[in-house]
Amino acid sequence: MEAAGGRLLVNTPSIGAAVHAIALNTFREAIRDRILYLLLVFALTLIGVSRLLSLLTVGNEEKIIKDMGLSAISLFGVLTAVFVGVSLVFKEIERGTVYTLLANPVRRWQFVAGKFLGLLTVLAMNVGLMSLALGGLLLLRGESPWPLLPAIALILVELVVITAFALLFSSLTNPVLAALMTFAIYVLGHLTWSLELLSAKLEGGLAVRLVDALYWMMPNLDRLNLKATAVHGLPLEPGFVTLGVVYGLSYAVVILGLACVAFERKEFN
Amino acid sequence: MHRPTIEHDREMRTAEPMPGRNTSATPVIRMRGVSKSFTGHLNIGRKVAVEDLELEIRPGEIFGLLGPNGAGKTTTFKMLLALLRPDRGQVRLFDRPPSDPAARARLGYLPENPYFYNYLTAAEFLDFYGRLQGIPAAERRGRVRETLRRVGLEGLEGTALRKFSKGMVQRLGLAQAIQHDPELLILDEPMSGLDPIGRRDVRDLILSMRAAGRTVLFSSHILQDAEMICDRIAILDKGRLRSVGRLDEMVASGVEWFEVTVRGAFALPAGVTLLSRDGQRSLLRVSAVESLAELMAVVRESGAEVFSIWPKRKTLEDLFLREIRANRPDGARR
Repeated sequence: MEAAGGRLLVNTPSIGAAVHAIALNTFREAIRDRILYLLLVFALTLIGVSRLLSLLTVGNEEKIIKDMGLSAISLFGVLTAVFVGVSLVFKEIERGTVYTLLANPVRRWQFVAGKFLGLLTVLAMNVGLMSLALGGLLLLRGESPWPLLPAIALILVELVVITAFALLFSSLTNPVLAALMTFAIYVLGHLTWSLELLSAKLEGGLAVRLVDALYWMMPNLDRLNLKATAVHGLPLEPGFVTLGVVYGLSYAVVILGLACVAFERKEFN
Repeated sequence: MHRPTIEHDREMRTAEPMPGRNTSATPVIRMRGVSKSFTGHLNIGRKVAVEDLELEIRPGEIFGLLGPNGAGKTTTFKMLLALLRPDRGQVRLFDRPPSDPAARARLGYLPENPYFYNYLTAAEFLDFYGRLQGIPAAERRGRVRETLRRVGLEGLEGTALRKFSKGMVQRLGLAQAIQHDPELLILDEPMSGLDPIGRRDVRDLILSMRAAGRTVLFSSHILQDAEMICDRIAILDKGRLRSVGRLDEMVASGVEWFEVTVRGAFALPAGVTLLSRDGQRSLLRVSAVESLAELMAVVRESGAEVFSIWPKRKTLEDLFLREIRANRPDGARR
């Protein structure tokens, strides 16, 4: 082994270059992981099976296909975001690869942003593949898949929010707890309407304030749910998609900011 | 499996005076009154990892941080890399806080027992680190090939890391640490897990880095390696610095005594102690050169035969054991 010549290099990567490098590495890790394919095959099978199930019902065959297809896209997207998202960060810490990575001129928020963008690329690819399968199935039946697009776009926004939570929790706690907490956010996020009802039924005091606080803090994921509208071909409220995109992305940016702060304060024993 | 071969640069090893060595320059590393402790869950069981550490490492030197396991070496390194924040005291890298990326851009780091992304190939791995180190895209491909050659992994660009042996992973770890040609190398136990050839290669790499004017800080519990290459050493035990200084001043005193083996019967002269006897063979401790001459005469007269004479000097191991034992409550041997 030998040293190089006498020239000294003091290079630091541009902000974008470090984030891009980490995102690319995250993408490579995820697409070379068997878990991803297991989830994807399962989802595609489910979309295929929806065709069989639709044969068992009278009329409404397309609705069953659309309903099951969109649910599969949403559910498997969330499962990927939770399990792959949490494990990607945890593995870096557990195996110590994060030490060599952060010893480089990389800021910690760049690590979080890179992980986030890498994982989002994987999710977008998955959602794209599943949507192609569903669209193909509908086209075979002479049905136009395009009305499903707004619903799929909002599913993607929902995955952006869930991924941000996965990164926040995995910066704060162990992977099992992080996965459970992220999944809890997904479930609670779809049940915020029940918090509103609960608040109305309680008789003031601390309980109401707590429930109200929870209501305002939780992401309202129903704002990103257009599945029923798409399946039943109901008219789309004007501005619903745009508002949903703005709401979801703003929410994700705040959570991602918190994840960056948590990661910044983290000590690597 | 591929057997790594190494290209050495003997000329660089013997080059003196070393370019870039300037003991009056700003220290590359400065730690002042640095303490760090860890607490368990619910703040129970506080453990002091490093206490009141004072350390200054100058440009162009090879500095060995020595100590038994759990002495605080890795904690010290992690504070230098901003992976841990000290509870007290000040840490400076190139006169900047380690949290400043511009300071970290000037160092290369190899962790202890490195593990890298086994889903990547060697070239993808080094390219990834090259991007993080800010090596321009146009240079990266050539740099990857060149660095793999330097660490003896030539031609393995397309091999997945999962097929690498432990020693090859260590070499690749060194490759990522040196590929951007940093001014400072921080190596945590770089010889551990390596066979004798690998250890010699790492030693040669460290020496060639110094010859090129770079600074090397490494930790080790293999004293023989440290003794061969260090300019200065520090002995760390239980988080406290026990001894710092130039290795030659600390251990290179004259011969302290001679160990002599003699075969046959003879009378012991003054100043010679019998350490052990095995049949016809006697192992002797001779305290001075005069006594050695007297012993030679006695042996010759009695018809016995001198088998070996081994001058004994104070070694780094003696120093190390003395420092560590002095701080054990019972002075017990480890």
